Amino acid sequence: MALSEVKRKERIDRPIKVHSDDMYVLASFKTMLYLAGPRIFPALTLLIIPLLVPSVYTVRVVIASCVIAMLAMNFDFLLHSVGLVSLGGALFFGLGAYTAGSLNYYYGINPYITMPMGTLIGAAIATLLLLPCLPLRGIYFALVTLIFPLFFSKIIEATLILGGTDGLIGIKSMVEGFPHPFDLWIEAYLIISATLLTLFTLRRIYRCTDLGLVLNAIKDNDQAVKASGINITLYKALAVFIAALPSSFAGAYVTHLYNWVGLSHWSLDYSILPIAASVVGGMGTIAGPMLGSFILVPLAEYLREFGSLRVAFYAMALVAFIVLWPEGIINWLSRKYHQLERWVKV
Amino acid sequence: MSSQLILEVIGLSKSFGGVKAVDGVSFKVRKGEVFGIIGPNGSGKTTLINTITGFVKPDKGKVIFKGVDITGKPPHEIAGMGIARTFQTARPFLRLPAYKNPVVPLYSSRARKMFLGRYGDRDHVALDLLEEVGFERDSLTPYKPAGTLPHGYLKRLELARCLALKPEVIITDEVFSGLSAAEVASIMPLLEKLNMSGITLIMIEHRLRELFRLAERVMVLEYGVKIAEGTPSEVVGNERVKEAYMGTEVM
Repeated sequence: MALSEVKRKERIDRPIKVHSDDMYVLASFKTMLYLAGPRIFPALTLLIIPLLVPSVYTVRVVIASCVIAMLAMNFDFLLHSVGLVSLGGALFFGLGAYTAGSLNYYYGINPYITMPMGTLIGAAIATLLLLPCLPLRGIYFALVTLIFPLFFSKIIEATLILGGTDGLIGIKSMVEGFPHPFDLWIEAYLIISATLLTLFTLRRIYRCTDLGLVLNAIKDNDQAVKASGINITLYKALAVFIAALPSSFAGAYVTHLYNWVGLSHWSLDYSILPIAASVVGGMGTIAGPMLGSFILVPLAEYLREFGSLRVAFYAMALVAFIVLWPEGIINWLSRKYHQLERWVKV
Repeated sequence: MSSQLILEVIGLSKSFGGVKAVDGVSFKVRKGEVFGIIGPNGSGKTTLINTITGFVKPDKGKVIFKGVDITGKPPHEIAGMGIARTFQTARPFLRLPAYKNPVVPLYSSRARKMFLGRYGDRDHVALDLLEEVGFERDSLTPYKPAGTLPHGYLKRLELARCLALKPEVIITDEVFSGLSAAEVASIMPLLEKLNMSGITLIMIEHRLRELFRLAERVMVLEYGVKIAEGTPSEVVGNERVKEAYMGTEVM
């Protein structure tokens, strides 16, 4: 055999990665594709699904996954950028939902204005509410964020403001007057693009900006940040506001999707499910929680066939995920991806 | 003798439960001097610093910085006025590359005022600061994660974090602890240089020999109470101090 035909295996990322973990040398389109593929491919898949399968059921499952994904990314961002354990998914979600809902119900404002307003106002109210609790750490902050949604739902239930237990019925749909596949597509692409925007923005803030740097430093060592002349409460508040934006948007969006806002928008599901999704997907990556949501929500839908047994199956699946992939699916996937090999001539 | 006061502490007290960690301590620090604080373990040196820099609220007493009462202000405001401090156990941001460490304080409003005309060159300022505290600029050291650096560099990193605030006073909490003799020898000239550039140094120290070479005046604490103050030679000769350090039997 001629020497030139001797082949050996080589890891694809070997020539791309040089020495240090985060320095790359871009040599060709192939290597660029190798690096960008894991980012572009899932995004494209997500964008194509509603076009390929324009059935109401499929699209609604995608939408539900996106909603949980936005809440899960918020949880992950707060935990891994500033180290705040937030169980406040329901708080951000409910505030966004009720703000957008009431603006439309009482003042008749167009859904395309109430949604951004609900996002901003909801996130701002949430930040103001949590502001006094920001010096709290760990479990104490988590408890406060958990209590607020319960507090709001009980207040609405007891005083019958904002529609009371029935909720506000007859909120305007965001797709009124559009013909069939288009209404679905508008609904789907609005939330999909918002989800992707959240994903890439949060990742960018977390990894590449100096804001992320300061937040990370607070998580690492808040005493040294205080000694650096930085008001850490202010930065924590900023992080909460950033994280609350997508969640509040999800709330405002769902209000105009189902043309209704009610007590179930404060439901604990919106706090707990995103955390389960984060654990399954892989925490600290922002993309992991999103992946987790896209596994758990369709799984929950699929299990509906089993009637009341579904919760048991769901729980078993959760345990299986956590036992088999304790590092989180995305970390496992990314490790395997970096270990891919190809044949090269010696 | 320049007698311009920069920091004045009057009757500062702090107790934790029944323990009086700092008990009515008063002292004055003049601008541009090196002031040492020594004392046996548990004599309240670190608590004193924590109270001055706002990490712990004092029970009684006053801290006056350049004529302004700063007692009980939050740490970031005190740092923002120009009092920087290091921590006893070096606390850099371990997962960040070394040169990103001083970038964090460059985000404070004080650094914004003192340093940067325009946005975006914080990394350069940070690299300059690292060079100032003795990082080799052209090596890989400034780019390594802070957690992987040797101890001596971590102490330098702490000083760089302080310098990012363009401080008037730097309070060091046992900056020599855990360092080898060679490392101490290389940090000494750095501290001298900082002092020459007009920064007032307040140093808590266990290594008395090194401290006495730098400090003009030294204060001795025991059980939270000031037992002596004066030049190093005065303090060393003080009977009370000998007792505190070596027990009553003096050889």
